[in-house]
Amino acid sequence: MWDYFKLVVFGLLAVLTLYLASEARDLAYLVAALIGFLSAVVAFIVTLRQMGGELAPKTGYMDGPVRIGVILTAFWGVVGFLVGTWIAFQLAFPQLNFGWAEGYLNFGRLRPLHTSAVIFAFGGTGLLATSFYVVQRTTGARLWNDSLAWFVFWGYQITILLAATGYVLGATQGKEYAEFEWYVDWWLTIVWVGYLLLYMGTLMKRKEPHIYVANWFYLSFIITIAMLHVVNNLSIPVSLFGSKSVQVFAGVQDAMTQWWYGHNAVGFFLTAGFLGMMYYFVPKQAERPVFSYKLSIIHFWALIFIYIWAGPHHLHYTALPDWASTLGMVFSVILWMPSWGGMINGLMTLSGAWDKLRTDPVIRMMVVSVGFYGMSTFEGPMMSIKAVNSLSHYTDWTIGHVHSGALGWNGMITFGALYFLFPRLWNKTGLYSLRLVSWHFWLATIGIVLYAASMWVTGIMEGLMWREVDAQGFLVNSFADTVAAKFPMYVVRGTGGILYLTGAIIMAYNLWMTVVRAPAARPATAAAPAE
Amino acid sequence: MSKDDKNKVNTTGHEWDGIEEYNNPLPRWWVWIFYATIIWGIGYTIAYPAWPLVKGATPGLLGFSTRANVQAEIERFEDMNSEVKAQLASADLTTLADNEEIYSYAIQSGRATFATFCSQCHGSGAAGAKGYPNLLDNDWIWGGDIEEIAYTIRHGIRNEDDFDARYSEMPAFGDDYLSDEEITNVVAYVRSLSGLENEQGDVTAGEVVFLDNCAACHLEDGTGDRLQGAPNLTDAIWLYGSSFQEVEHSVRVGPFGVMPAWGAEGVGLDESQINGVAAYVHQLGGGE
Repeated sequence: MWDYFKLVVFGLLAVLTLYLASEARDLAYLVAALIGFLSAVVAFIVTLRQMGGELAPKTGYMDGPVRIGVILTAFWGVVGFLVGTWIAFQLAFPQLNFGWAEGYLNFGRLRPLHTSAVIFAFGGTGLLATSFYVVQRTTGARLWNDSLAWFVFWGYQITILLAATGYVLGATQGKEYAEFEWYVDWWLTIVWVGYLLLYMGTLMKRKEPHIYVANWFYLSFIITIAMLHVVNNLSIPVSLFGSKSVQVFAGVQDAMTQWWYGHNAVGFFLTAGFLGMMYYFVPKQAERPVFSYKLSIIHFWALIFIYIWAGPHHLHYTALPDWASTLGMVFSVILWMPSWGGMINGLMTLSGAWDKLRTDPVIRMMVVSVGFYGMSTFEGPMMSIKAVNSLSHYTDWTIGHVHSGALGWNGMITFGALYFLFPRLWNKTGLYSLRLVSWHFWLATIGIVLYAASMWVTGIMEGLMWREVDAQGFLVNSFADTVAAKFPMYVVRGTGGILYLTGAIIMAYNLWMTVVRAPAARPATAAAPAE
Repeated sequence: MSKDDKNKVNTTGHEWDGIEEYNNPLPRWWVWIFYATIIWGIGYTIAYPAWPLVKGATPGLLGFSTRANVQAEIERFEDMNSEVKAQLASADLTTLADNEEIYSYAIQSGRATFATFCSQCHGSGAAGAKGYPNLLDNDWIWGGDIEEIAYTIRHGIRNEDDFDARYSEMPAFGDDYLSDEEITNVVAYVRSLSGLENEQGDVTAGEVVFLDNCAACHLEDGTGDRLQGAPNLTDAIWLYGSSFQEVEHSVRVGPFGVMPAWGAEGVGLDESQINGVAAYVHQLGGGE
C-alpha cells in the first residue's frame, strides 16, 4: 500500500517537473527541472523494482545512507578543494579566466561553486552522514524511518546539484553562502524539515536514558539552520517558471538579515554541527572519557545563546546603525570563551593519552583540527573589534580567517571522522595505510599554514595600503597598486591549496583501498544496537 | 575505567556507545575570562551606542558616532586645504609651476585623483594600454600643453555628456569606401611611414590612396592634424597596434575612442581636481 503511494507521488513529481521544464524561462531553471525529473524517474524505478520482493529486515542500525554519505563526503571534498585551488590561481593569473568559458567558468561563477561545494556539499554531507551514524550509536536506536532517511539523504544531494548547476548557469540571489535561488530554497526547506523530524524521531525512541552532548549540538545545528535559511531566503519569484526572485528585504535590513544568516551559518553549520562530530569521534578515537560534562553543558548553552547575536560585526562602518554594530562586536567578544569550551573539552579529553599522538595519525589530525578551531575562534572575536575590523574588513585577512577555520577545523575533523568510519562501516580491521594518513596530515597542515600566513600578509598589507594618506589627506595608492602588490602571496596561497588538495586525493585513495583491500574483521556483531 | 585512572575525578555514570564523561569542574581561568568579557561587554554598551529602545538607541556615555567621526576627519583635511584648493581652482595653469605651494598641492591632488579615476584605463603608472593612450610619452593626439590637457579632462572625448567634448570620427573605410586591394595598399603605406616592412600591399599605390582619402585629417606627410584629433602616423607609436592586421582593422572600422567628461555635471571632479590632474599628467614626462 505504502509502496503504491510512493509510486503515485514519484509519478506525479515526474509529470510536474517535466511540465516545469517545458515552461522554463531560462536555462538554469530548465536544467533544474530536468534534474528533478530524472530524480523522480530514478526513484520511481527503484521503488518499482523493490516491490513484491522480500522485505529486508528492519533491525540493527541503518548504515546505508552513512556508507554512501562518507563516500560522497570524500568526493565532494576533492571537488570543492579542486575548484578552490583553481580559482585561487585565477586570482593570481587572470588569464585563467578563459575567453571561451566566459559566463560559465570565470571566477565570478566558480567562486560560489567553491564555497557551496566545500560548505554544503563536503561539510553538509559529512554532517548528514556522521549525524546519522552518531545519533544511532548514542541512542542505541535505529533511525526513526528508513524511507525518510533515504529521502533526506538523496534530497540533500539533489539540492547540491540544483545549486551547482544554477551557479554555473548564472542563477544567483547574490547573497553570500545563500546564493541558490528560490526553487532550491524551497526544496531544501522540505528536505530540512524531514531531517529535523528524522532526528527528533530517533531521539524520541532512544534506548539510553540521557541524550549525549553530540546530539545537542547536531540538533541545535538542524533547528537553527532551518530558521536562518527560511528567514534569509524570503523572496518572491518573478515567475514560477524562471529562476529569478526578488528579496523581500531591502537596503540595510537586507544586509543585516544576510549577515545574521551568514554569521550563524558559520556558527551553527560550521561550529555547532562540527562540534557534534568532535564530541563523538574524539573520545571514540582516543578511547577516553570526555573531559568535563559540566563544561559541555555550560559552553553549549552559552555558545548557542551568544552566537546568534554576533552577525552585525560583518557590517561595521557601513549603513548599519552604531548601536547594532556595538552589540555585534560585544557579543562576538563574549563568544570567545564559550567557543573555547569545545576546544578545552576536545584537547583535555586526550590528557593522559598524549602518547597516542605519536602512534595514531588520525588522532593527530583531530588534535590539529581542534587547535585550528581554537585559533579561529580567538581570531574571530579579535577581528570583530571595530578598530581591528577597520583594517581587516574587505581584505584577504578575512579570507585567511575563514580558511584557517574551514581547512583547519572543519576539514581536519571531517577527515578524522572519515578515517574512523570507513573501517567500521565496511567491517575492516583497520585503515589500508596509516603511512598515507600521515602524508595527508602533513600535506594538509603545511597547506593550511601557507594559506593562512599568505593571507595575513596580503590582508594586512592591502588594509594598510588602502588607508594610507599623505600629509594633505590624499590617498597614496590606487586599487590596482594593491592588487599588483598581492601577486606573490596569491601564488603562495594557491600552492597551499595544491598541498591541501593533494592530501585529500591521497585520503580518497586510502579510503578506497580500505574498502577493497583491507582485511575483513570478524563478522559484525556491531550491527545490532547496544542494549 | 575511572577508578584505576590517574584522574581522581569520577565520571557522571552515563555511557553512550562506550563514551563516558568526567565530572571535572569548569577550568577556573575559563570561567574568569568569560566573566571578564561579560563585565567588559556591559561596560562597553554603557559607554557606546548600544541598546535599541522604542525611539532610537541608547547613545552611550562617550557620545561616540562613526558618522560624526568620519565627518570630522573629512572636515579637518578640508579646512587644512581649503585655501590652497581654492587658489588651484582659479589658477592660471600656464604659470602654475611658479607658485611652489599651489603646484605641489596640485601634483599631490592630481596623483590621487588620477589613481582613483584615470588609472582604470590609462594604468596606475599612466603608461596606457591598447586603445588608451600612454601619457608618459610626448605623442599627444589632441594637444599636450597644460591647457589642452585640462580641456580634454574637463570635456572628454567623443562622449555624449558634454557638448564641448572633443569630437572627430574616422570613417570606416571598409564600408564601401575602399576596395580590399586599396585597403591593403594603404595599410602597407601607413606602416611604411614608421619604417615597418610589409609582406603584402603596394606602397606606391597606397600613397595615392592615402593622399586621396586620409591626408585631409592625417595631413599629407602623415603627421596628423591635432585640431581633428588625427594621430601622427609617422612616430612609430600605435594606439591600436602596429601589426598589419591591427592597422587594417583600424582602417576598416575607424576607431572611436571615448573618454568621459570629468567636469560634466554629476561626474564629480571639481575645478581644483581637474587642474590637479592636468598638472600631474603634464609633468609625467611628455608635457609641452
